[in-house]
Amino acid sequence: MNSVLRIILQRLALGVLTLFIVSIVIFTAVNMLPGDFAQAILGQGATPEAVAAIRRDLGLDQPPITRYFQWLGGALQGDLGNSFAQANFASFVGDDSGARTTVAAQIAPRFANTMFLAGVTAAIAVPFAVGLGILAALYRNSAFDKAANVSTLSSISSPEFFMAYILILFLAVLNPILPSLSNIYDGMPFSERLQKTLLPALTLTLVVTAHMMRMTRAAIINLLASPYIEMARLKGISPMRVIVKHALPNALAPIINVIALNLAYLITGVVVVEVVFVYPGIGQLFVDSVKIRDIPVVQACCLIFAAAYILLNLTADILSILSNPRLRHPK
Amino acid sequence: MTNISRRGLLKTGAAAGVLAATGLPVRAQQRGGTLRLGLAGANTSDTWDSRTHSDSYMIMAGHGAVFDTLTEVAADGELVGELAESWEASADAKTWVFKLRTGVTFHNGKPFGADDVIASLQMHTAEGAKSAAKPIVENVAEMTKTGEHEVTMVLKAGNADFPFLLSDYHLCIFPDGQIEEAIANGIGTGLYKVESFDPGVRTLLSRVDGHYKDGRAGWFDSVEIIAINDASARMNALMTGQVDAVNRVDFKTEPLMRANPMVNIFEVTGNQHYTFPMLTDLDPYSNLKVRQALKHAINRQEMVDKILQGHGKVGNDHPIGPANTYYAADLEQNSYDPDKAAALLKEAGLDGLQVDLSASDAAFAGAVDAAQLYQASAKAAGIDINVVQEPADGYWSNVWLKKAWCACYWSGRATEDWMFSTAYEAGVPWNDTQWDEKDSARFQELLLSARAELDTNVRRDQYTEMQMIMSKEGGTVVPMYANYVDAHSTKLTNSGTIGNVFQMDSSRLIERWWFA
Repeated sequence: MNSVLRIILQRLALGVLTLFIVSIVIFTAVNMLPGDFAQAILGQGATPEAVAAIRRDLGLDQPPITRYFQWLGGALQGDLGNSFAQANFASFVGDDSGARTTVAAQIAPRFANTMFLAGVTAAIAVPFAVGLGILAALYRNSAFDKAANVSTLSSISSPEFFMAYILILFLAVLNPILPSLSNIYDGMPFSERLQKTLLPALTLTLVVTAHMMRMTRAAIINLLASPYIEMARLKGISPMRVIVKHALPNALAPIINVIALNLAYLITGVVVVEVVFVYPGIGQLFVDSVKIRDIPVVQACCLIFAAAYILLNLTADILSILSNPRLRHPK
Repeated sequence: MTNISRRGLLKTGAAAGVLAATGLPVRAQQRGGTLRLGLAGANTSDTWDSRTHSDSYMIMAGHGAVFDTLTEVAADGELVGELAESWEASADAKTWVFKLRTGVTFHNGKPFGADDVIASLQMHTAEGAKSAAKPIVENVAEMTKTGEHEVTMVLKAGNADFPFLLSDYHLCIFPDGQIEEAIANGIGTGLYKVESFDPGVRTLLSRVDGHYKDGRAGWFDSVEIIAINDASARMNALMTGQVDAVNRVDFKTEPLMRANPMVNIFEVTGNQHYTFPMLTDLDPYSNLKVRQALKHAINRQEMVDKILQGHGKVGNDHPIGPANTYYAADLEQNSYDPDKAAALLKEAGLDGLQVDLSASDAAFAGAVDAAQLYQASAKAAGIDINVVQEPADGYWSNVWLKKAWCACYWSGRATEDWMFSTAYEAGVPWNDTQWDEKDSARFQELLLSARAELDTNVRRDQYTEMQMIMSKEGGTVVPMYANYVDAHSTKLTNSGTIGNVFQMDSSRLIERWWFA
């Protein structure tokens, strides 16, 4: 078990290093965006004095290197800074009274919403995709297999917003079963929340299913040629049992990997779906923040996205090690 | 339906009786229901600080529901008192006395009085304050409380439009001494008080009990304003009945909405206009003949048809629109005339012309297409326009006011003087044509004298002449006025007169409309 622990620690350290590099990339990229917050928030209504006043208040007049280390130092201590957007330049005499919304406070509820959407989607998509993959492997090359392949591949090949509008057309406009607007808010009853989340969750399901389903199918079919499966079959075990009991456990590693990748996508790739359904998650916050150049929020979102990817990949690696005795007990 | 507006009828009380007797439908207002609005123009940076308001979401929630200003532009364009009951000016339009409404309270119970007005206006000139309405308040030399409910303001320079300017949506009245708190929680004197506010996501408002506008406005019991910046999502929300009204109809899906019997599209032509300003201090635009040639090389009607899909009106190279009092509707129209344009170029001693036109859809939706239409129509006059597509990001800081000729938009201003002095007075920072004193002496002279002129007939002549000068000699090409196009569910109804100062019934739909 010690070797597993060592691997985990190694991966974690590498993850932290990756995050550090990502932070530099994020900071550079965000600061290279044309336009700035002061001008974005004042729009065409920006007078030079107003722009200068806002920049001074927010420390945007400092050199970039200074700002980077201030940001990094804060982030290391868990302080992601204060959101520009909610900065209190409204304060009566124009001074900075410090009563600002922190980035963390702004992101937390949005992130919770996105996790809720990801959770609902995963709860639908993972069993659906794996089940479909198993069935496709079982009835490989049958009409069912082909239909499953064609439909999942075409749904992954269409842009998300297109899938979203197709679903809206069929489930909200022509047959008004589900609401096209997913404006959930705090204090909404769970059942209503679930109902409002269903359309975006279904859209995302359509987007992520193909990948998981095909990997499940391929991994299982790959194993079906091995001698121990043939042995199991010769024993007279039913094909379903051969697949679920004998093939699936050995196919888990690649399946877990692809599930983890898709879960990461559910957190980081929801921007378009959230915008189409007006779902108040982190993706929409991200878009809004880029639009108004709310740099601390943009940076924090990027960092969260990067961390989610790294963590989920790490989890996938660890789980595939644990699911494989040969890796669990290396010689 | 008849063409007689309900308001028009009510003004002549006798007619109303006749109308009722003839059995024509009088749409009676009734209280009740929750209005759900899906609005574009929301940001996570939104606050209740009216000094920072610039987009439709907060303008509607702020001055359109939660807060009041001193004066209000009624749906028919007339200026009426909101928190001010009446006002009076001295002969030079320098000293203004405002009598304030009595018995008004803020949402937290604080009574409204003269101190609140003074403190609220001073917010805009406070050290380090960032207000777009600063120039308005800066012109006030002295504000004095001349009674519990009376404020006297002395201006630095006479301004006949001063009460009009006080209807600006930035100039909301906050409670004196509690301004920080009022900004944090949205405490005003408006018909609706804030129940919850999630910037860039959702706002929930409820009707105040006992309000001075009772019986005249404020028919909904509560209002939910949902931020829907994505155009397709907004249209969907209305079509599927998730909201009762939306702003900024997407022209691409407009035919679908028209086909839906549950949806009504309403549009008005206001002052919003698109422009192509040239920097007249640079060659070749410093040459009047070149500017005039360009004015005759554009097919305005084609732009209205193709860029606005007909939702607009041709412009005439000046910034005054149909929502302005002194709009000169019968001015001679600058027409598309390639031969005349070519002749003008010849007079300027030029044999053909090559110019760059910078455009981006940040300037207005379809600006790049509009520039290409311009390019095509100008070719017939021997003018070679090279369309430079600029990035949308940073357009206002890098292109506008910097490139010699570019695309731009103006939402227009409530008064002529305000519009001219924002963008066309010599030396002001936003003079996007750099039209200076030597080029426009008569225009600048009229601007100053009209500002303090209280005689409306004299003013009308002055403003008409100014529009004419701009149209013939100015440095900007105004191809079109863009309509405000919004849509509502047929469950909603209104008085029949829709304000055109801003979108959504001058952004006062929440106050003025009701459920049928």
